[in-house]
Formats: sequence, structure tokens, C-alpha cells
Amino acid sequence: MKHYEVEILDAKTKDKLCFLDKVEPNATIGEIKSMFHKSHPQWYPARQSIRLDPKGKSLKDEDVLQQLPVGTTATFYFRDLGAQISWVTVFLTEYTGPLVIYLLFYFRVPFIYTPKYDFTTSKHWVVHLACMCHSFHYVKRLLETLFVHRFSHGTMPLRNIFKNCTYYWGFAAWMAYYINHPLYTPPIYGEQQIRLALIVFLFCQIGNFSIHIALRNLRPPGSKTRKIPYPTKNPFTWIFLLVSCPNYTYELGSWLGFTLMTQCLPVAFFTLVGFIQMTVWAKGKHRSYLKEFRDYPPLRSPILPFVL
Amino acid sequence: MSAAAPGTSKAAHGEAGPKKKKGPGALATAYLVIYNVVMTAGWLVIAVGLVRAYLARGSYHGLYYSIEKPLKFVLWAAENSFFPYLTVFSVLSPNSGIVPSSVVLTGFQVMSRVFLTWAVTHSVREVQSEDSVLLFVTAWTITEIIRYSFYTFSLLNHLPYLIKWARYTFFIVLYPMGVTGELLTIYAALPYVQKTGLYSVTLPNKYNFSFDYYTFLILVMVSYIPLFPQLYFHMIRQRKKVLGHTEDYSKIE
Repeated sequence: MKHYEVEILDAKTKDKLCFLDKVEPNATIGEIKSMFHKSHPQWYPARQSIRLDPKGKSLKDEDVLQQLPVGTTATFYFRDLGAQISWVTVFLTEYTGPLVIYLLFYFRVPFIYTPKYDFTTSKHWVVHLACMCHSFHYVKRLLETLFVHRFSHGTMPLRNIFKNCTYYWGFAAWMAYYINHPLYTPPIYGEQQIRLALIVFLFCQIGNFSIHIALRNLRPPGSKTRKIPYPTKNPFTWIFLLVSCPNYTYELGSWLGFTLMTQCLPVAFFTLVGFIQMTVWAKGKHRSYLKEFRDYPPLRSPILPFVL
Repeated sequence: MSAAAPGTSKAAHGEAGPKKKKGPGALATAYLVIYNVVMTAGWLVIAVGLVRAYLARGSYHGLYYSIEKPLKFVLWAAENSFFPYLTVFSVLSPNSGIVPSSVVLTGFQVMSRVFLTWAVTHSVREVQSEDSVLLFVTAWTITEIIRYSFYTFSLLNHLPYLIKWARYTFFIVLYPMGVTGELLTIYAALPYVQKTGLYSVTLPNKYNFSFDYYTFLILVMVSYIPLFPQLYFHMIRQRKKVLGHTEDYSKIE
């Protein structure tokens, strides 16, 4: 069996960083990354981007050496992706924040409102309901992160955790401040409005969860395969007929429900910003589905049926 | 940044149309030249207005009124031509001597000027007679006359070195001058904003929302601390890139 030689150059300076000889032809990029890590311990595999071309796309960990367009002496280019942090860590941190922060406002912890209100509770029952819904939502997200989601990427750049936490924690504090404020005004249409909002919210929470389960079941444990999602027996997944990313559709629905329930402008802003971001993600996902699968159902829109 | 067409079911695979990188055509160049000439003229009108009002009044108090309308016009023109302008401008030939400035920074500058003019000076009548207003208007006027003539000449491929030098040198004094004027103006507006509750919303209300413009203005002032040095040092870096050679430094003295 012929062995390969692998040299790794810096993509920017073209300096020779590493030379590996006697590499197995069926070695994967992932294995090569581990070997590279041994000679450069500060660059753990997650922060290595290995490419065939200095300006090209990163090769995947699963790519096999002998299947790449390289000679028996393969030259790869390396780029440092910077400090990385795992997706799970980021999700857990960014979701725990809102859960805790909202409760601080709900219990009217000192230094938020006027001292005479410290540790009092709101007289409006919708405020208690809102707290339950908000907390339920983030507990659900935490549990999904731990037990449901199968991530394609292990890590993301470290700076993302600061950006993401600022977004989630900041908005949570802003919304919670008003909902739990002593001068909070409950919804104009009272019980009717709150009831409708609760139904919408719960419906979308179940929907969102159903989609997460369906997506998880597409992918065997530990794998990174991508398949077209289809409706299952669960009626909440039938929306796949019309939409590529119904998890985002349901998420939007949940927050619209919460906005209606609390009748709070900051919640509406949060819903709007979230909707914009999810639309960007949905469009990207929809485009990659179209690129990858020739037979992708043409009726589907990225996030809103027929519209967006 | 995603530029995908809306994801209707009719959309086939991929984006709408290939992205081509090319210089501006004759039409685009003509548009840009006209735009920059108009902007240079607009700021010149403001400069002339300031000088005439000073000569007429004998003092520089209350010169804001004499240039209020042309100032609002040039800012309106900058806001509304900004995006198409920059899209074309960003692909101009590299030999024109123009170092493409960051879209974000310039857009931010337009926004902050609109804010100072409308949300502070126009809205709080009492500050219109402050000298600090004159300070930032003068700084903006000189900067912009130089900057727009710089673009005009560059587009016509006849850029006098003096204009290039002025554009990348005057800012050293004009930026701090403008920032000082802006900060002093906002500071002067504070007591009036607090007293009248201008642009502020209090609880309780049915939208469960509140906004304190007074606090917001203070936050704006604080934001100058991280932002101004970034803009300033960006220009200094541009200066090194564009003017580069060390002989130039001896010409300044």
C-alpha cells in the first residue's frame, strides 16, 4: 500500500507548518487534523481549517485523503479559525440567562423597581401566566439542547457566545422589566385576548417540538447526514408540505402568541428581530436544500407558506 | 450578506443573476459626478451663508438660522443617495487614488449628523443659539466641501494633490472640533429635554413601553468614547496608506 506524504502550509504566509510522512491513503481530514494538532498543540482540531486552496472552502473532517484531488505528496493550506466553543455550551449559556433573568424581574428583586415593590407579586394573573410561558419556553430549549438536537458542527467561534448572550439576555431583561412592572397594563381585550394568545403559544410550542423531533429522527446518532424532511404521522409536521424550516415558523408563532398575551411593545420588537434573523437562516437553509437535492419539493417556501 | 430573491415556489435553484464586478459605466460616472458636484455646492452654500451672516450681524451668535435649510437639504441628499451611491462607488478603479472607505463607518456618520441636526438642534430650540452648534457646522462644512470635491475630481481623473492632501489632513483638527461641538450641543440640550420630557414615553400605557430621551442622550454622549477613536484612527490609517511617503510630513511643517 502506497503511503502519502502530507505537507501543511499556512494559507496566508505559505510557511511550511507541518510535514507528515507515511500517511494512510484512507486517512480522513479529521485524522490529519489530529496529527497536525500533535505538532502544534495550540491549534486543536476544532479551530483548524484545512483546504486544498489558500482561498478555497474548508475540507470536511470526513473527507478521505485518497479521494481528494491530490498527488501522493498532498499540500494543504491551514487557517486558524480562532478560539472555538462548543455549540452545546453556547446554547446552554444563552438560554439559561433569560430563564434566570426573567425570574429576577418576576420576583421583583431589589434595585430594579421602587423599593416599596421589592419582593411583591403582580396583581394581574396574566403576569403569572406570562412567567410560566416564558420559563417553559426556555426550559424546553435547554432540554432540547441536551437531549434532542443533533448538531452538524461541534463548535463555533468563541466571540459568538458574547454576541449571542448579549442578544438573548439583553432582550429578556428588557421584556421582563415591563411585563413585571408595578405599572404594567394588562391586555385591552382581557381574558379573550389572553386565552387566544395562550392557545397560539402552546400550539406553536408543541409544533416547534414536533419539528425538532422529526429533524432528529432524520439523522442517526453521531452522524451528520442531511436528508429532506417530510411530514410524518404527527399532524404538527404536515407543515413540511409548505415550508422548509417550520421550526422557525412555529417559533415565530410562539412569540406572536407571547406578544398578544403580554401586549408589550418590547416583546413585539424581540419577535420582529427574531423573525428577521430566522428568515435569513431559513433562506440559507432552503437554498442549500435546493442545491443539494435535485428532487426537492417545489411547493415549499423557506419560512412562511407561499410568502417568504 | 444574503441577496437572495424571495423564496417563492417559482424560484429555481440559486440566486437571481450572476454577480459581476466591473467599474461604473459612463452613465454611473455621470450620475456620481453630478451628485458630488451638487453636494459640494450644497456645502459651499452653507459656508457662504455662514460668512455672510457673520458679516451682516457682526457676531457669530445665532448663525444656525441662516444655514438651517441648506444643511437639512444636504443631509437629506446624503441619506437618500447614500446607498445607490456607495454600491457603485465601491467598485471604482483602484488607480483613482480613492481608498474605499467602510460602508458602515460612512453610513454611521450620515446617521449621526442627521441625529444631531434633527433630533437635537432642530428639536430643542434653546440650543440653536449655542456657539457649539456653529462649531460642529463649521467642522462639517469644511470637511464636506473638501471631501465632495475630492470625489468629484477623482471621478474626472484629475485629482489635484492639494485636495487629496487636504482631505486626509484637515480631519486631524476638524474631527475633534466637530465632536466637541456635537457633545457640547447635546449637553446643552439635556436640561430642556429633562424639563419638557421631549420624545419621552412614561408608564403606565397600553403598550407597556417607556423611553427616556434624556437618558438616551446621555448614552449617546457616552457612545462617543468607544466610537470616536475608532473613526479617528481609521482616518489616520487611511492617511498613511494614501499619503504614505515620509517626505510629505516635512511639507506640513
